Amino acid sequence: MSDTTDKGTPILEFRNINTHYGAVHILKDVNLAIYPGEMVSLLGGNASGKSTTLKTLLGMVTPTTGEVVLDGEVVNDKPTSYRVERGITMVPENRRLFKRLSVLENLQLGAYLRNDKAGIAEDLERIYTMFPRVKERANQKSGTLSGGEQQMVAMGRALMSRPRVLLMDEPSMGLAPMLVQTNFELIQQIHQEGIAIFMVEQNANMALSIADRGWVLQTGKVVLDDTAENLLANPELRKSYLGEA
Amino acid sequence: MSDINANVLATEAAETIEDLAESASGLFNDVDRDRVVRYGSYLAMALVFVSLVGMAVGLDGRQILFWINPDVYVNHPDGQGLSLGDVALWMWPLLLGWAATNEVVLEGMQARVRGVSDLVTGFLVGALGGLGISFLTFLMSVDREINPENGVPAYGARDPLVNWNEQLYIMLTFNRGWTFALWAWPLLAGLLAMVGASFRVMSDPIRKAITAALISVLSVSVFQFLVDDLLEGVGETIADPGRISNFFESDPSLGRPRVDSAFDPLIDFLYAKTGGLRLEGVILVAVVAAALSLVASYLVRGRVKQARQAYFDRPLAERTRSSALLMVGVALALLIVPFFTGSIINELLANVGIFLLLALGLNIVVGLAGILDLGYVAFFAVGGYTTAVLTSAGRGESWPSWVPLLVDEGEPVVGGWLIALVLVMVFAGLTGLLIGAPVIRMRGDYLAIVTLGFGEIIRLLFLSDWLKGYFGGAQGITNIEGADFGPIGTVTGVEPRSVFYLVAVFAAIAIYVSWRLERSRLGRAWMAIREDESVAEAMGINTVNMKLMAFVVGAVLASFAGAIFSAKVGSIFPTSFLILVSIIILVVVIVGGMGNIMGVIAGSLVLIGVLGGPKQPGLLQEFSEYKLLIYGVLLVWMMLQRPEGLVPNVRRSRELHQEEFLQDAWLKGEVDTDDEGDDVATEVAPA
Repeated sequence: MSDTTDKGTPILEFRNINTHYGAVHILKDVNLAIYPGEMVSLLGGNASGKSTTLKTLLGMVTPTTGEVVLDGEVVNDKPTSYRVERGITMVPENRRLFKRLSVLENLQLGAYLRNDKAGIAEDLERIYTMFPRVKERANQKSGTLSGGEQQMVAMGRALMSRPRVLLMDEPSMGLAPMLVQTNFELIQQIHQEGIAIFMVEQNANMALSIADRGWVLQTGKVVLDDTAENLLANPELRKSYLGEA
Repeated sequence: MSDINANVLATEAAETIEDLAESASGLFNDVDRDRVVRYGSYLAMALVFVSLVGMAVGLDGRQILFWINPDVYVNHPDGQGLSLGDVALWMWPLLLGWAATNEVVLEGMQARVRGVSDLVTGFLVGALGGLGISFLTFLMSVDREINPENGVPAYGARDPLVNWNEQLYIMLTFNRGWTFALWAWPLLAGLLAMVGASFRVMSDPIRKAITAALISVLSVSVFQFLVDDLLEGVGETIADPGRISNFFESDPSLGRPRVDSAFDPLIDFLYAKTGGLRLEGVILVAVVAAALSLVASYLVRGRVKQARQAYFDRPLAERTRSSALLMVGVALALLIVPFFTGSIINELLANVGIFLLLALGLNIVVGLAGILDLGYVAFFAVGGYTTAVLTSAGRGESWPSWVPLLVDEGEPVVGGWLIALVLVMVFAGLTGLLIGAPVIRMRGDYLAIVTLGFGEIIRLLFLSDWLKGYFGGAQGITNIEGADFGPIGTVTGVEPRSVFYLVAVFAAIAIYVSWRLERSRLGRAWMAIREDESVAEAMGINTVNMKLMAFVVGAVLASFAGAIFSAKVGSIFPTSFLILVSIIILVVVIVGGMGNIMGVIAGSLVLIGVLGGPKQPGLLQEFSEYKLLIYGVLLVWMMLQRPEGLVPNVRRSRELHQEEFLQDAWLKGEVDTDDEGDDVATEVAPA
């Protein structure tokens, strides 16, 4: 177990969360905490409840019992927009850009809840310097971009809301091995700017190599909660996720 | 001696025949047999279909051009010219002959030289298609039995096939019996298809000139009414400028003596008294069109393209400004047109405007927000009925006295329509909320089905005996007053020009609002919902509220159309708001190009203006019977061939082409050919 006393209050926290889809029990007494500026990873196989965790964090699914806490405030009944406004943003699985809209429109939609025009323009410039390729394609339909470019736009779109926590759903999914590496470098770079990262991944090796802490979810239950190094060294985890005997 | 000669001759003849056969087989070797069979079958199906749905015979009554001077041979037997029914048949071989010889020039492959084989292909396609009609006439002749008593032919298969009758038989056999049709149709269709195919062989300027001539002759003859009306209006106004002094009062042509104008001789030269282009008119129009096209090809060649390129190279803001200027210019030009046209054309324009208003509203709902609303007519009805209740003395008896009646002793109250309009907006908005709230949480198909239901519910409420005291049931509400604007004038259906101007004002507002919305934060939110609802939600967009908002904005625009409609028509009935109206509006939006304002304008002009609306005839009045058929065909063809609509978004298609260009450049190694992964790595600037 990692020591959490010196990290201040968590930005986002799950307290004994239970979630149901209809009568089916998905998340079972899940406890999580994301502290400012840290990089954490949620691992789990198929149907283990990873996506539901993300949706519950973002308010697209309401938990049956338990509390979702944002900056010390219980936000169970607050809409997604409330949480996005307070710095929680998601990069969805498979990027999911608005394909028939231009790259610029995609980025502008990332800043949908912001009203400061000057700040938005400034952030747009920042993203353009970060990804010169995105600037070149600003007026192009985002669906016509290559996979790597789309990933940049997806990241840019998320950054446009000035997040404090970036929720990333399977960032390596559907990308060529070469791009997966680049993508993780990108995530680290964003992390270095002080943005906390909550990463849901199947690629345990890659995820744990850059994360500080990690949880392992199995059929809706947190079965492991430890620092990344300890998890990487955990024989049980190595056996089930890294395919080692 | 003679034997030898005969032998030599025989050998020579045999050689000649062999040569001929060889060159013929050479010709046929170049012909793609599969293609001939495929397109020939399409053609046969099209011809038989057009004949059996009654289009050929139904449109045969409208003569559009004459081979023989009709003033001399008024009672010339059939074959004196071309009727619309002939065009409905003859256009298919032309089109399919052209389509069958289409060939994509593959990159990096030697393009096949166009030539005789194309013509042969065209002819074969046409001949095969013509055989379809031959077969049809053969079948009809077998079925045809002449009653011995009165000599009237009867058909056994008439019962299921309404159009399987003597008129069709006469038309298809040129009144010369089926044996004539047997060879005449393959020959005629073959030649026509060959003409279609020959367009592939011609050089560019010639093809353009002939196409221009063909299209001009066709449009000048088919749209005779419009040309006639415009020429007459302009001519008379030039001759007597005082005619347009009364701005809103009435049409220039109403109740005034006919004035001789400079264009009268031209009209008489072009058109026969019985309708249709005269031979001299055909020649004049064709020559003028071809000459103009040739002038354009040789003098202007390349410059249009250059100008276009130059235009696109200018910054976006400048382009937006100039296209806005162009729009304003076109709008101003359009504002003058009703001065010169008669009341029928003005009525048509007013109808186009009402449907444009409806289509713009639906475009926001379907095109921008992606909500497939099949019950859109409900809001049109609410707008119409609310206006009727407020401005008709003939409204139901059951209304309590506190519901205002904006009529003053049989005369409309000045500004009463505008007051009603405010209430119309409120009620339409509320109906939008009421219907929207339960519906909006659904997605896709479910939503479409439920809106379909609500559209019918609203109509049935207006129709019901239960609310008869309020809305008059099937008898509807009559005696609706026009919109009285005091000194400016009164808008009623009697003066279509006034309706046109009223519609124009609202259409302009709707166009401006749509245009601003498309570029606003709200518009972006709608488009995001259309593209991916869950991700839009994750961006912090309140999807339920936004969708509801789109629903309400659409409802309010439709209710405006309803308010104008009831002031124009003067009476409304539940039958004006059938589900068909919803579908036609949807077709206008789809055919024009979803989410595209220019497309919606083009769509309403073409569909409502030319073909006609649900109850209003268009320019092609003869087509009203086949309107829905044409709508359907157009819709299917559109979805298959041009899903982006009639007027695709220029900016976007340009971007697509730019992308293609970039990929080409990359493939040819003109741009850095680095591995994509490396690109990403090198382009991420250090933080």
